[in-house]
Amino acid sequence: MDWFDDSAVTLAVFLPLLGAVAVAVLPREREGLVRGAALTFAGLALLVGVGMLARFDYEAGAAMQFEVARSWIPSIGAGYHVGVDGIALPLLVLSLLLSVLCVVYSLRFLPEPGNPKAFLALLLLLETGMNGTFVALDLVLFFVFWETVLIPMYFLIAVWGGPRRDYASIKFILYTLIGSVVMLLGFLALWLRSSPEAAGRTFDILALQQLGAARFGGTFGTIVFAAIALGFAVKVPVWPLHTWLPDAHTEAPTVGSVLLAGILLKMGTYGFVRIALPVLPEAAHEWAPVIGVLGAIAIIYGALCCLAQRDVKRLIAYSSVGHMGFVMLGIATLTPTGINAAVFGMVAHGVITGMLFFLAGSMHERYHTRDIVELGGGMATLMPRLAGVFTLACIASLGLPGLAGFWGEILALLAAWNPAPGLSVPLFRTLALVGLVGTLLTAGYFLWLIQRVNLGRVPDRWGGRTLGDLAPLEAAAWSPLIILTVALGFAPGLILWLTSPSVTGWFTDLFA
Amino acid sequence: MAIDFHAILPELVLAGTALLVLVVDLFVERKVVASWLSIAGTVAAGVALASLVGAGTRSTFGGSFVVDNYALLFKGLFLGSLLLVLLMSQRYVDAGTAYQGEFYFLVLSSFVGMLLMPSSRDLLMLFLSLEIVSATGFIAAGFRKGDARGNEGALKFLLIGVLSTAVMLFGMSLVYGFTGSLQLGPIAERLAELGNEPAAVMAVFLVITGFAFKVSAAPFHFWAPDTYEGSPVPVAAYLSVASKAAGFAGLLQVTFVAFPSYARYWAPAFAVLAAITMLLGNVIALAQTNIVRLLAYSSVAQAGYMLVPFAAGSSADPAVREEAFQAVLVYLLIYAFTNLGAFAVVTLVSQRQPSNLIADYAGLARRSPALGVAMTAFLFSLAGIPPAAGWYAKFVIFKSAINGDTLTLQLLVVFMAVMTVVALFYYAGVARSLWLGTPPEGAPELPTPRPSPTLGAAIILSAAGVLILGVLPNLLVQYAPGSTLVAGP
Repeated sequence: MDWFDDSAVTLAVFLPLLGAVAVAVLPREREGLVRGAALTFAGLALLVGVGMLARFDYEAGAAMQFEVARSWIPSIGAGYHVGVDGIALPLLVLSLLLSVLCVVYSLRFLPEPGNPKAFLALLLLLETGMNGTFVALDLVLFFVFWETVLIPMYFLIAVWGGPRRDYASIKFILYTLIGSVVMLLGFLALWLRSSPEAAGRTFDILALQQLGAARFGGTFGTIVFAAIALGFAVKVPVWPLHTWLPDAHTEAPTVGSVLLAGILLKMGTYGFVRIALPVLPEAAHEWAPVIGVLGAIAIIYGALCCLAQRDVKRLIAYSSVGHMGFVMLGIATLTPTGINAAVFGMVAHGVITGMLFFLAGSMHERYHTRDIVELGGGMATLMPRLAGVFTLACIASLGLPGLAGFWGEILALLAAWNPAPGLSVPLFRTLALVGLVGTLLTAGYFLWLIQRVNLGRVPDRWGGRTLGDLAPLEAAAWSPLIILTVALGFAPGLILWLTSPSVTGWFTDLFA
Repeated sequence: MAIDFHAILPELVLAGTALLVLVVDLFVERKVVASWLSIAGTVAAGVALASLVGAGTRSTFGGSFVVDNYALLFKGLFLGSLLLVLLMSQRYVDAGTAYQGEFYFLVLSSFVGMLLMPSSRDLLMLFLSLEIVSATGFIAAGFRKGDARGNEGALKFLLIGVLSTAVMLFGMSLVYGFTGSLQLGPIAERLAELGNEPAAVMAVFLVITGFAFKVSAAPFHFWAPDTYEGSPVPVAAYLSVASKAAGFAGLLQVTFVAFPSYARYWAPAFAVLAAITMLLGNVIALAQTNIVRLLAYSSVAQAGYMLVPFAAGSSADPAVREEAFQAVLVYLLIYAFTNLGAFAVVTLVSQRQPSNLIADYAGLARRSPALGVAMTAFLFSLAGIPPAAGWYAKFVIFKSAINGDTLTLQLLVVFMAVMTVVALFYYAGVARSLWLGTPPEGAPELPTPRPSPTLGAAIILSAAGVLILGVLPNLLVQYAPGSTLVAGP
């Protein structure tokens, strides 16, 4: 199985790209073939991911597995260095899984103006960018994958989006680009300082982590951390850089929203865990209180915004701001618990919010509106199964114990109660309390949402219509998410088992 | 003094082809022969060039003409551009003018000047090659005789060109007066001995100003949009790419080779020039409604990015200077592919819709998805977003400037980063219009644009170049020479 270990990561990243090319050259008239090809390539990539899960050494700690290091652009010292550890693998598999589900969902539901060929080709290109970001161990490679998601997502929103897609798509791409060019400058600064000799300089993330605090301390570290963190923070998004998110999520087509919320946001938080913290520990320590406070603000701010929304999709989008606030709070504690919580929160949010956006899309398909007031309630009577899934997703998202959403939040709050040595305990305990208030507000708006959408009498305007309940294809696309939501809720160890050794390996001594 | 004819073979072949085209055109009925003859001559010049690769550095005409890796790389770039320009011209010229032979003669002659440029190692040769490029360019720009804009653009180009030439020539004469030499190497030595001589500094700046006109750096850029708009589209393509690259070749030689000892004066000036050029180019491009003018301002902005590494020219570390030098080269290579590709698409569309309005591109990608993909790739490459090749060009510029490690350079890269975002706004605007725009009410239904085989080849070649280089930039940039040209300050 050596060949598998050597090529698994490469296959997982580039099979979708191959699929995108295949879809692009197939004739447009053969829609069945186009869809089949897209599903095959995305499915194969997922199989590779499952194979990686099977062959992964769960005890290996901070060591990278399935590692490949080849030369790529020797003239600037950038290499094709990829690999996964327990932090990257769950996110990679999540990305592979959600992409397949999105392709499945698109088999039937494709928004105006149709054209499955272009849609699926972009989706697969997007997948390559997302997968690549989670496995890249070279800053240049990371940057290229990071930026590769921009164009497909831009077009997914701009072509297949809602009424304000022009505005939303350009806002998305400009916001992200300003973050990522500043991030790139930070990367280059790291490269410059990695060695006094030109020949010894490196973009390799693992090598930079070895250099760590010894070389990147002081004002330099503080500034570079800020530059890199800005790029990540726009993507997360951290309050107050979040304003692109509600627009992009609301206007994007259903699968665009699913992948935006499910994967793209995690690229930002993953960047903190993989690059910003380990490479610049000293600066991370300085910035941690700021990140923590911004995270706590996002929790409260997101929840308050949710309470004021009328559009189901926009509400879910704002709920993402809050949930990512918990993830950022976990990261800001700089403790293994907090970072475990963060990774868990990323996966859980990807699963649950992915499902919520699927649901919002399907509700829109049926009602042709997402306005809570116009929906008017009674979905439980009208479409009991759809309403059941919706209820499950909502209560999972609000963090009910026994479902996936709970663990990320509770662990983050616990971690905030005992932050890393040197961080202000009163401050972080206050943040924990603020987060606790946030969970209450979150519960409040989700329960209110369930009440307004699911319960009550069916309004007259929907009375005479037949709105089909859960379709088989929807059930197929969502069942993995439903299963994961429940499974991760009952057995958080499924993720923590993966992440914990790596997180312990990376972060135990770093901030002690 | 024996002349090394092998060293000047590519130029001889190309010049011979130009003359041959002019003569043959008189005697054949089917004028398209002139086009195929030019293409054949270009390929032959390419073969001649290939025979020089790996043969070491050759020098002739008493050291005034040198063929080294640096020159070879640029010549390759020029011949590649020429091939693309010829491919995209064929149908356009065939449909538009009776003076086909003359057109190809002018284009070929202009490229002879460009081929000479990177080999020129004295001021006189630099001046002559630059004038060959320009003088033929003036006429080519005015090739649409009946068109008022064409006349205006060509006249503007001529006047500005002559002005810049005069400025440069004045500077060169002063430099000669101070140093007693026309050759770049000796000039560098004498200037270093001379120290701080205000008049010599002024002379250096005059020469640089002359080149700044050629590369359309702001505030010497204002001829470019009018000239590009008035020119036949393929001419605009070569002016914006090849002629600009020739300007940069000259600029690299005078700054890094002849005037390195005055880098403490010119490097900060380039920082300012780069900032103004990026700012003006990008901001004015935002307001354009004509695609050629948009590409013109975009090419001004691109020149601004390419000027950034010059600001690192005063570094004491030779590695930094060398990297700055190479960054400009790499940027030019990638920019050439990208911009020629974009102009090839414009050529195709303008055959049916000569107004060249951005609005004409609304929905183009729906009528021809392949063309849409190609143009989108070119636009995002200009914007610098992977997987299109432009990201790498921007990357090396950023890297070379960060490498300089001074506050000026750091501020400059931050400014460039912001400008990249501004630029994305208009590139993405065109891309969006391609895929989403709806033609205005009442506009006639247009057929799917079908490129002629040659134009199609030009588009496919550049698009493939842009996409492949975006993933594997090393294929090309490994040839960017670790130049022995860059002398110490």
